[in-house]
Amino acid sequence: MASVLRAEHISKTFGSIEVLSDISLDLQPGEVHAVIGENGAGKSTLMRILSGHLRPSGGTLYLDGDLVHFTGPVEAEARGIVLVHQEILLAEDLTVLENVFLGREMTRLGFVDDKAMRDRTRAVLRDLGSAIDPDRLVRTLSIADRQLVQIARALLVPHRIVAFDEPTAVLTPVEAESLFAIIRQLRTQGVAVLYISHRLNEVKAIADRVTVLRDGRLVANRTIEGLEPLEMARLMVGRDMSRLYPDKPATHAGEVILSVEDFSVPGHVQDASFVLRRGEILGFGGLIGAGRTELFEGLVGLRPSSGSLRIRGTPARFRDALQAMRAGVVYLSEDRKGKGLLLQQNLRMNVTLAALDRFTRATMVKRHEEEAALDEAIRDFDIRARRRDMLAGQLSGGNQQKLLLAKMMLIDPEIVIIDEPTRGVDIGTKQQIYRFIAELAEQGRSVIVISSEMQELIGLCHRVVVMRGGQIVGEIEEADLSEDAIVFLATGVHEERAAEIAAGYP
Amino acid sequence: MTETALRSAPSARRFSLDMRALSPFIALIVLIAAGALINPDFLTASNLLNVVTRSAFIAIIAVGATFVISGGGLDLSVGSMAALVAGAMILILNQMGNADPSTLALGMAVALVLGALCGLANGLIVTFGRIEPFIVTLGTMGIFRSLVIWLAAGGTITLRNSDLRELYRPAYFGTVAGIPVPILVFLAVAAIGAVLLYKTSFGRHVIAIGSNEDVARYSGVPIWRVRTLTYVIQGLCVAIAVLVYVPRLGSATPTTGLLWELQAITAVVVGGTALKGGIGRIWGTVAGAIILELVANIMVLSNFVSEFLVGAVQGAIIIIAMLVQRSFQRGR
Repeated sequence: MASVLRAEHISKTFGSIEVLSDISLDLQPGEVHAVIGENGAGKSTLMRILSGHLRPSGGTLYLDGDLVHFTGPVEAEARGIVLVHQEILLAEDLTVLENVFLGREMTRLGFVDDKAMRDRTRAVLRDLGSAIDPDRLVRTLSIADRQLVQIARALLVPHRIVAFDEPTAVLTPVEAESLFAIIRQLRTQGVAVLYISHRLNEVKAIADRVTVLRDGRLVANRTIEGLEPLEMARLMVGRDMSRLYPDKPATHAGEVILSVEDFSVPGHVQDASFVLRRGEILGFGGLIGAGRTELFEGLVGLRPSSGSLRIRGTPARFRDALQAMRAGVVYLSEDRKGKGLLLQQNLRMNVTLAALDRFTRATMVKRHEEEAALDEAIRDFDIRARRRDMLAGQLSGGNQQKLLLAKMMLIDPEIVIIDEPTRGVDIGTKQQIYRFIAELAEQGRSVIVISSEMQELIGLCHRVVVMRGGQIVGEIEEADLSEDAIVFLATGVHEERAAEIAAGYP
Repeated sequence: MTETALRSAPSARRFSLDMRALSPFIALIVLIAAGALINPDFLTASNLLNVVTRSAFIAIIAVGATFVISGGGLDLSVGSMAALVAGAMILILNQMGNADPSTLALGMAVALVLGALCGLANGLIVTFGRIEPFIVTLGTMGIFRSLVIWLAAGGTITLRNSDLRELYRPAYFGTVAGIPVPILVFLAVAAIGAVLLYKTSFGRHVIAIGSNEDVARYSGVPIWRVRTLTYVIQGLCVAIAVLVYVPRLGSATPTTGLLWELQAITAVVVGGTALKGGIGRIWGTVAGAIILELVANIMVLSNFVSEFLVGAVQGAIIIIAMLVQRSFQRGR
């Protein structure tokens, strides 16, 4: 079959750094072509070149066999290539329909034609299996719904090639299933789909062909038949990945470090109760929006809350994060870029920010001790920075997470709460982070892992508490951990049913 | 992107100069060179000392503004605050009447306390009222200004006791080792400000809050305390500027300190501090304040542009400074 888009020997350099070299790829109509690779392997750069956002430094692009040079995304879009961005790029204070038509409003007699746009928006969203009201403010939508709006916006223009850049990163399993249904539908329409993901199980489920990038080079281009997730991981990382999860450390069962009773965060969590033991890794599962993040933000004093909290039997109440840190409780936000790190500042300032007291004498900051702490962090956490004085925002996602871990560990906490520890993190770094979490437990610290990746909870945790709709709905012991058990508690339905619901069966 | 682990000592790290930090000083040098070419009287010690002395008020206020702005805030009330503090101080001195140093010390103490209180009010309203600093200080700007007009009953508040004026005179006109007192005060304020901003945990917290308040909050930084303190520092700086200003004219009028807030903000921004917070440059601010006064001086000494257009040129400078900063940001 003739390929709709063909890239030959594409390379891209930024300054003196070669990000992509000699990448060739061809895309057939009606196929789902997955591009996988670790963070920094060049997937997003490749995607941006194919969709006209970036110009390649070398190589050529052919659309329907004709040589093309895109001058920008607008031209690529006009030729039927649309990119669904990884980040949510919507104006929060505008409505859904205003966002969907932003920059290409339909007009009648020179005035915007809201009625026509509303109908179109509703139709596109319905095709996506969603009933979001076009007049709602984007601000009031969940992250998953925003993602859908973004997809609707992309699919509004006539499209022949749709590129998804890690679309499921913010979706729950049910929502991910409906996205897959959309992708399969696109495929049957003869649209070529480029699909970037970290989640190899997803790639296995949805892709027809897989291109693997490593360090900006093409490692493999294979059809999906016979290509198992483990093999994909090996190709991506370049070494054997069969041991992604470390052995679970033996718990010193019994000694309760933290007990929480009837804890509520107004508007998000009602009457949550659980205990955490010494040396334990306790997982918190559930769908996005189930109130897990809010529960722990309330616990460490970042949100108003009520209820009882005991640390080693002593009642405690934190009014802000500082008090929680002093009591040995740290919370690592899922929102690394927005709440975890100062992206505009250097690594040294970031790493010592939370524990700055330890680096001051008479309130004067001791620079050389900070430098030593940064050295130690870079070594202990394997933070890979091109330059020592680079900004936190210039690190890749995985290295940012390691920097955040290093920052919080300087407080020497007893209880570590990590929200989505591996979101946006490549598989090689994941393995490091898992090992690190296990080490924390071995040292006798207690760890709470909030995760939407069920494999992660199963592979890492001693026990998993599941939340749904702001309440704790169940607890699963190590022996009973399975995806189905978690999904059942998180959604109230079994996994096969979740797929059916997403597919529209009653 | 290919990333290689860098575990060696901090070597080979300074190959790229931070143009944003250097540009105000480069601009200062260029201006001095231009001034020297235009008028031979420019590059004399007396003219340059005069320029720096005149820039002292704005520079001192702008050091305080550097804290507020790099912490993500803004204070528009500084000009009115200066007038209010000056007026109140002169009224107190007039009440006391007698011309001895203790009177003067008391008057100065009152000015400092009043400045700090004005700043505290701004800070508390911004932090606890959760109102945009632009709005809060726009409001207090009007309040302070009309208070001074009310105190002066629409006229002028003058330091009446001529002996006291004589006693106070050296604070503006005096010199120590040939350097005018205002310059010494201004350097001392800048030096203290630099230590505070660059070397203390408070300064670090200011930058963190200005960079991203959420991250600071999640990192256990005491947000309200740090933010309020930046406004208090601003108030103190205004009071210090007033201490040097009052002996110059010996009076406060409803137009005292008019548009100082704009000059202070211009000095801060020209100096490389980010208006959205997260980057603070005390010595850049100092250079910025001197640049503003130098431009005025060069315009007076040359005949190219009418000196009545000083404000227009200074306005153009802040816009150019922002454009230059923007271009460096893109290059990063």
